[in-house]
Amino acid sequence: MTSETSGFTARQYVICLSGVVWREALRFLHQRERFVSALVRPLVWLFIFAAGFRQVLGVSIIPPYETYVLYEVYITPGLMAMIQLFNGMQSSLSMVYDREMGNMRTLLVSPFPRWFLLGAKLLAGVAVSILQVYAYLIIAYFWEIEPPTPLGYLTVLPALALAGLMFGALGMLLSSAIKQLENFAGVMNFVIFPMFFASSALYPLWRVQESSPFLYWACLANPFTHAVELIRFAFYEKISWDSLAAVAAYTTVFAVGALIAYDPAKGMLTRKGG
Amino acid sequence: MSAEPPALEVAHIGHSYGARRALDDVSFSVAPGSFTVLLGLNGAGKSTLFSLVTRLYAAREGKIEIFGHDVARDSGAALRRLGVVFQARTLDLELSVMQNFVYHAALHGIGPAEAKRRGSGLLERAGLADRAEDKARDLSGGQMRRVEILRALLHEPRLLLLDEPTVGLDIKARADILAQVRELVAERNLAVLWTTHLIDEVEPTDDVVVLHQGKVLAADRSTNIMAAMGTDTIGAAFERLTGAKARDAA
Repeated sequence: MTSETSGFTARQYVICLSGVVWREALRFLHQRERFVSALVRPLVWLFIFAAGFRQVLGVSIIPPYETYVLYEVYITPGLMAMIQLFNGMQSSLSMVYDREMGNMRTLLVSPFPRWFLLGAKLLAGVAVSILQVYAYLIIAYFWEIEPPTPLGYLTVLPALALAGLMFGALGMLLSSAIKQLENFAGVMNFVIFPMFFASSALYPLWRVQESSPFLYWACLANPFTHAVELIRFAFYEKISWDSLAAVAAYTTVFAVGALIAYDPAKGMLTRKGG
Repeated sequence: MSAEPPALEVAHIGHSYGARRALDDVSFSVAPGSFTVLLGLNGAGKSTLFSLVTRLYAAREGKIEIFGHDVARDSGAALRRLGVVFQARTLDLELSVMQNFVYHAALHGIGPAEAKRRGSGLLERAGLADRAEDKARDLSGGQMRRVEILRALLHEPRLLLLDEPTVGLDIKARADILAQVRELVAERNLAVLWTTHLIDEVEPTDDVVVLHQGKVLAADRSTNIMAAMGTDTIGAAFERLTGAKARDAA
């Protein structure tokens, strides 16, 4: 068989992957309002919500912190995860939008294996979300929110990559189930808000446990909680093994789900009229 | 005759959306280097067939082969021989024409330098060389369509699928696009499957597949279908076959 009929070379896989990431970055640069709103959202929480609540919510010394920390410092990992969650859902929105516009079809008609195409799309979204988080951290730095040593900016990177993958895979799974563009409002109500509020982003879990054991268990089962804790520890140059395991497990489940949903032989696409 | 397999072979394809039968035992083939029109009214099952050939849906009944490569089992080899122009606009509007080309080429494992070389050549020959750096958003409807056709040729496929490519265009743009694609068939020995509900896009020398309510009612040279139906236009033959009136120009 000639190379034309056999598979692609490793170099061609790299070309395809970088092409997908390059397009996503270009699109992101062209959508400035998306970048600005991705940045404004956590800053509103930081400057308004956290400033108002620091008097009300005392945070005792809990790992990874070794001293009392300001409430702004406490909620920063949660806000970093929120940026990524929104981004993951936004790329899910963009896939729905793409599919309606036919761009998703252009992607899926490529001769590369479908798992690779979806993986490339996922990585492209993660790259964009990490850029957004660092942009937030630069602003937060001037608010005196920073890791104990500058090394924290580096150690948080793998945590962000993994959390980004998890949210991206979740978004992809949801996007295969969403047909109409308007349904993103539903995603906000039924996915983003519950995930954000029923987590350790805004308050430590021991406080939740005091008020409602049921909510405590819901928070523990929430993948968002584990993303937040993974990021929180990594920012302080530590590893939360429980969160790492949980995030890895959820990522696998969501990714496999997305792959099944987009598999032409089994997926939901087959059932939808068109 | 060489033993080259058909550009596209659709064999006993069936597809249902729940209880609704969209395609029923559909079989036909497209010869290499031929211009084949898939003619059917809206709702005939053309888009479903299109989704099956491009592997968006999996074919549950029957088999689809592109130059002898099974779309389901050997999809990489099948899809790399296939160029597609979807009915919906699929250019990235914010990106330039050339950036659209580079992205599409990457999806076929072709690097940016080669993509630009091929893209420039295609634009040049189509008389669109001056639009390479323009945003896709700034093109007219007809130009967008022509750019999409050029984009589908970047990886040098041997079969080109076009799903209602002239819908929503004015008469001049429609004629330009038809002429562009017919030229490609002649020049590149490209096989084309052209989906339409507009009867006046059919030439006497074309192969025609008449699809109606999910079934193939005729698949032959246009003149042969007219002869078999005892009519002197393909429009009249279509009416006699389907009992419905096909549309002339939009």
